[in-house]
Amino acid sequence: MSENVLEIKDLKAYYKILKGDVKALDGVTFNVKRGEILGIAGESGCGKSTLASALILRKKPLQYVSGEAKLLGTDIMKLPEKQFKKMRLKNISIIPQYALDAFSPTKKIRIFISDLVREHGIRPNRKFFKKVEERLDMINLDPSALDRYSIELSGGMKQRMIMIISTILDPDFIIADEITSALDVSSQRFVANMLVKLRDEGITGSAIFITHDLSILYQIAERIMIMYAGHFAEIGPTDEIVSNPRHPYTKALIGSLPQVGIQYKENRLSGIKGTPPHLLNIGEGCRFRFRCPYKTSKCEETPQMERITDNHFVSCWHWKENFSDINTSGGEKDGE
Amino acid sequence: MENKCIMKVENLTKVFTSGIIAGEKTLAVKDVSFKMDQGKVISLIGESGSGKTTIGRLILKLLKPTEGKLYYNGQDITDINSKREKKAYYKKVQAIFQDPFSSFNPLFRIDRIFNMLFNSFMKDVKDRESMIEEALESVNLNPKRILNKFPHQLSGGQLQRLLIARALLLEVDILIADELISMLDASTRIGVLNLLVELCKKNGMTVLFITHDLNLGYYISDITLIMYKGRLVEKGDTKSIYENPVHPYTQMLFESIPEIGNRWDKNVEFLPETVINDVKQFYKTNTGQGFKEVEPEHMVLFSE
Amino acid sequence: MAKSEFWKKHENLYFAVTNGKVIFGLIIFMSILALAIFGPMFAKYDYEEFAGPGYMPPSKDFWFGTTLMGKDVFTRVVYGLRSTFVVGFVGGTIATFVGLIIGFLAGYYSGKLTDEVLMMITNIFLVIPTLALLIILSAYLPYRGILSQSIIIGLTAWTWTARAVRSQTMSLKNQEFVNLSRISAAPVTKIIAEDIAANMFSYVFMVYIIQFTGTILAAVSLEFLGLGPTQGISLGLVMQNAVNWNAIQLGLWWWAILPGLLLTILIVSLYFINTGLDEVFNPRLREM
Repeated sequence: MSENVLEIKDLKAYYKILKGDVKALDGVTFNVKRGEILGIAGESGCGKSTLASALILRKKPLQYVSGEAKLLGTDIMKLPEKQFKKMRLKNISIIPQYALDAFSPTKKIRIFISDLVREHGIRPNRKFFKKVEERLDMINLDPSALDRYSIELSGGMKQRMIMIISTILDPDFIIADEITSALDVSSQRFVANMLVKLRDEGITGSAIFITHDLSILYQIAERIMIMYAGHFAEIGPTDEIVSNPRHPYTKALIGSLPQVGIQYKENRLSGIKGTPPHLLNIGEGCRFRFRCPYKTSKCEETPQMERITDNHFVSCWHWKENFSDINTSGGEKDGE
Repeated sequence: MENKCIMKVENLTKVFTSGIIAGEKTLAVKDVSFKMDQGKVISLIGESGSGKTTIGRLILKLLKPTEGKLYYNGQDITDINSKREKKAYYKKVQAIFQDPFSSFNPLFRIDRIFNMLFNSFMKDVKDRESMIEEALESVNLNPKRILNKFPHQLSGGQLQRLLIARALLLEVDILIADELISMLDASTRIGVLNLLVELCKKNGMTVLFITHDLNLGYYISDITLIMYKGRLVEKGDTKSIYENPVHPYTQMLFESIPEIGNRWDKNVEFLPETVINDVKQFYKTNTGQGFKEVEPEHMVLFSE
Repeated sequence: MAKSEFWKKHENLYFAVTNGKVIFGLIIFMSILALAIFGPMFAKYDYEEFAGPGYMPPSKDFWFGTTLMGKDVFTRVVYGLRSTFVVGFVGGTIATFVGLIIGFLAGYYSGKLTDEVLMMITNIFLVIPTLALLIILSAYLPYRGILSQSIIIGLTAWTWTARAVRSQTMSLKNQEFVNLSRISAAPVTKIIAEDIAANMFSYVFMVYIIQFTGTILAAVSLEFLGLGPTQGISLGLVMQNAVNWNAIQLGLWWWAILPGLLLTILIVSLYFINTGLDEVFNPRLREM
């Protein structure tokens, strides 16, 4: 029986600025089961990074508005900062996007790690560093890397190093925030696989992998959640989302991904016209309706989350209808 | 049907020196040669540090080559330096860069980019406005809503379209698109890309599409060039390269692309570092062969 | 409604005028400037005049007290403030100007010979102990006026500006809009003026404030060592006299401390303005 490690219910977090509220995360509900990798996909402004910030970093001007986020039963949104600090790195951790900025440029990596874990009450003694070296071996780095400065490592190596450091205390739950986006394609595969390996070997409990790249999620995530403009769009098992998407946005997104085998001259892909709406003081209603070819007057009302199967949920008034003319070439390649 | 060769790059090499007095040398591009035929879309694919951006800048004469030659329409343009010669060149060869927000001076409205063109190349044109409006409409932008805005008020996709409109205004022969969509969202990318290719085919423009994204390269290009550590390692017809990659680096690139519908083999230990050794081994096994053809329109670098 | 619409459009201006630090600093700076401009009109005496009995603490007649000899400290201070401001404005302007030109040329032609040569010159100037240079220069000049003092200080203080401007120019030069201007065959002067210089304005403004402060402090140091202007009065001179005559030990605290306090408040006010402006121009530093 798989229990839920993370339970998010109607979570809202806005950026409060002079001009008003940027409703970047506006009522998202989902769970993460023990041992699963949930992929969260969406384009810029969809709220996925805000979700990561709201859960772990919480810097102004981002402010928690309402909703719950229960990590192993405890609502972390209501926890005072002091108590939450104890959970960081041990129960919940984040692998940041720009590994470049994550390191202190003037500290040797060994010192950086020591300082970091000391703040969380762990002693950086020889036994501890033995564990670190075992992890380094997993990512194919020599222990001598510990005695170097971060600037001496390449981008891909830094990303791998930060993965190890962020998971050194075997957290129950990790947030991988766009960890492949800034990497060369050759490092991306390794880093993505590493995320799976960490989970397979029991080093991390579960993970959410935030990215805009659906193709990478297809490779390593068990379930995928799609977000659009701060709202939840669709969630379901990876294969189902890719072959049978029910939200018009998901369908259009999959249809706009170039894959090897599709050439412009033969098969023109269709993108999505328009851009995501501005989230400043945005009103009610489905946020995709401005670009959706299937919108009706009903869409002026914010759609509710509806159940398709036990594992597949969608937030669209028209999901039952058959969108036959949106290009779904993305799903037909299975078994090729 | 023979396509006219509009640009030829011959043995191009670029070495960067930092500091004249105690110089440190970086080899960015080494001995790269290829030609661009009129009306074709050519993608130049490489990862960071491959030298692909440098090639773009060399062709744009924003950098001077350390060695090698550039020919435009048969004419040697390697050393042109005078204002007049450069003007004549830029009238026919233009570019769009990666970061749309960085491509506009934030202090001015966006019509500045068009006015700069008129002032440099088309001083005598009386009716600038209608030409600009026409260009904007051909990239699906509404002139009335766009022209008086500042860059920060527009989206990345709109800005990139503006830059395409700018290139169209001049009716250039060659457009260098340097990672033009990598900063755009997936849903906007296709729209901009489709537009670019459509307009190119319509106006007979040649496009050098610089990118690290193999899928995009496949989607739009006729010819593909693969770069690795400053060298051109494989080049040829797009379909034949994708179906039959020969160079170990190209093979590694294809193995790393995540594809929907095709799962990576979990049992394969994939290390980006091994490619360096694979390439070295490849060159060693094939010493002396240099750049050779493996099938028609498909050439591979067998040894350095 | 129209008023708040205006502020929404000119966001930067809004932040500039509502930033606490800027307002605070500006008020104090303006007050001291006003003191320097209008103070001497209120002074009842002349600054070299033996106005009354020496050794008088601040009173109704002598607002800042008198010196050991009986000169009015208030008069001396407000006239001295004037020369301090002159030094700041003149020296600061020269330093900023020279630094701007050198830094700009070095940054624009970075990597080339111009850059190497200019940076070498800058480094040489940086390494020379400025104070020692100033001391030697001042000691050898037969006549030292306020203006010549400002000029000398200005000509040695530019190095920091040059380096800062150079790095700003280099980073601006890498912005794609500069490249776009180049491939539009725009004239070089237009690129320099519109693309690079215009985008450095806020930065240069803040640099100027720093140079202003630095020049004043350098001048005070010189004066304190007795190498100030041979004619006229300045804050540093007042303080130097106070120290020479053992003002503190003798109990004339008002003579030594008041001018120093005023100077400190002036510098601190400028610091506040600058820190506040940094928040205005750098949205990430703002606390919402």
